[in-house]
Amino acid sequence: MEMVNRPYAGAFERYAVQHPEVLCLSADLTSSCEIDGFRDRHPDQFLSMGMAEQNMLSFAGGLGLAGFRPFIHTFGVFLYRRPYDQLMASIAYPRRKVRLMGFLPGVTTPGGMTHQAIEDISVLRTIPNMTVLETGDATEVEGIVEAADSIDGPVYCRVLRGSVPRLFDTPFKVGEIRILSEGDDVLVITAGITTEEAIRARGALDKAGVSVRHLHLSTLKPFDAEAIVAHAASVKHGVVTLENHLVAGGIGSMTAEAMAEAGLGKKLVRLGLRDTYAHGGSRPYLMNYYGLDALALVRGIERLTGEETGIDEDALDAVRVEAVHSAVKAEAL
Amino acid sequence: MQNVKTTEEVALGIRRRVFEHSMRNNGGYLSQACSAAEQLAFLYNEALTLGQPTLPMIPRPFGGVPSADNPDYVTGAGYNGPFEPHFDRLFIAPAHYALVAYAALIEVGRMAPEGLEMFNQDGSSVEMIGAEHSPGMEVHNGTLGIGFSTGAGLAWGRKRKGESGKVCVFMSDGEVQEGQTWEAVQAAAHHGIDNLWAIMDVNRQQCDGAMDSVMEVGDISTKLRDFGAVVVEIDAHDIDAMRQARAEPHEGRPLIILAHSSPTKGMDFLMKRFPRLHYVRFKSAEERDEMNTAIAAELGIAPVDLGGH
Repeated sequence: MEMVNRPYAGAFERYAVQHPEVLCLSADLTSSCEIDGFRDRHPDQFLSMGMAEQNMLSFAGGLGLAGFRPFIHTFGVFLYRRPYDQLMASIAYPRRKVRLMGFLPGVTTPGGMTHQAIEDISVLRTIPNMTVLETGDATEVEGIVEAADSIDGPVYCRVLRGSVPRLFDTPFKVGEIRILSEGDDVLVITAGITTEEAIRARGALDKAGVSVRHLHLSTLKPFDAEAIVAHAASVKHGVVTLENHLVAGGIGSMTAEAMAEAGLGKKLVRLGLRDTYAHGGSRPYLMNYYGLDALALVRGIERLTGEETGIDEDALDAVRVEAVHSAVKAEAL
Repeated sequence: MQNVKTTEEVALGIRRRVFEHSMRNNGGYLSQACSAAEQLAFLYNEALTLGQPTLPMIPRPFGGVPSADNPDYVTGAGYNGPFEPHFDRLFIAPAHYALVAYAALIEVGRMAPEGLEMFNQDGSSVEMIGAEHSPGMEVHNGTLGIGFSTGAGLAWGRKRKGESGKVCVFMSDGEVQEGQTWEAVQAAAHHGIDNLWAIMDVNRQQCDGAMDSVMEVGDISTKLRDFGAVVVEIDAHDIDAMRQARAEPHEGRPLIILAHSSPTKGMDFLMKRFPRLHYVRFKSAEERDEMNTAIAAELGIAPVDLGGH
């Protein structure tokens, strides 16, 4: 699998230099969000806002009033937990074109509870006027800047950083669901880093005779309920969602709402963090420990179908292990 | 716009209108008119460079919140004139001063007196806590402490675009209890935002009562200076002092005028209620009548006819 180093850094710079109304804001996590090179090369388009997220969000609202489109860079949690009031009043309500670039979604950080955005989708998707996007590979990270800036209003993006695998060869298109396989036994819905896990599991599932229809979501809000229901209706057993997030309020919940509202009587297994915080650790460890990985997906499918697949850890493709201290990351977080 | 009245006359008119409105409606933000009348009169009557209003003198009803499905949405900023590069912009950071701000709009001829009759009526845009769509408002500031940040962001953007218009924020001293205020001042100083200025109504009162009894904030001027602002302290009822303070040079820094005010100025009878002044509600018909007579006399007007209310 091709791994791409720091895809966001280049993508942001290429786009921003062509669009002077785009501003780059950072809250003391400049290298951690891969915009240190941009800061050094384009200081006039960069605003250091310090560790002061409440002011940063309202200030960005003011920049929006002046006709600028600020890209706010920090860890996802810092964009909505502390400054939630400012997010509502200064950005979401007035539909400012503020682009909230949330790095380290879910358990992609060893930083533990304070750093892990595990409920961001559930919070952000309930905010009126908000769009929510998520990146699942290097191609999507490269495309997220332009995709976010195409939104007529505020947008929150879950952005992957560091060394990111390339899974897709077609660009990020807002509102478009990627259909990665077209099986007819089980519908699997993933987004972000769980898509790579589902791809790992698919080979083994094929061999075990489970035909998987696999959808990858990069636009979480607006949620294409009609398409999801149509896919769900087309498979025999039902739906499994796997998300780097709490099962409450995220993709599993959105899928459940869509199916219930359509009156689709099919089973749904929601995989993700189950009403729990996570702790600090490596991504593969956390995904295994909290049941977010390929093996958890296989077990979820078994629960759905009521049939054992015989798949074990060894049958799955090798886990991609990333060193905690990597040259492509600014710090160990 | 041509000044028809003196700023002193506008201030007196604000007090009278807020008083009459509060009497008729059995309560209101009366004390805020006492403390801030000169400040809002000064802003609208002489300090700000504003164009003619772009919205009707009698406010339209509530037209829906901003959404992709509401393309006709407008804020209430049109009462302050159009957005032109050379015109100033004003934010009323403590949105519960809305009644006082609406009275100011009427006094300077930017809104019809009928607008105040729509105050806090269902379906009206003239809301009790000033909303984005309320006359004279441009953003929601109902959660205190976010106004100066917005002003700083807009001011930075206007400076970048080479616009000559300034950004002014009307603030209240209670906001200094919010951490965001300090984040905003340090950011404005760090980024050299000097097309931004504020006037803060330092009335030492807040919802629960006197600020010192709720949360002591110490010396606001020293703290603001330490965070990077240029600070001038004045008597909030001395308009000449206000003019001089506005002229204070503040290159590379925001200017914040601390206007030390009396929460009962012009309506000394209210001292009977001190320190419960945030929202004046009458405990009895007798109290209302007594206040009606006494304050009307102070303001030089006849008591409000309460017959129909």
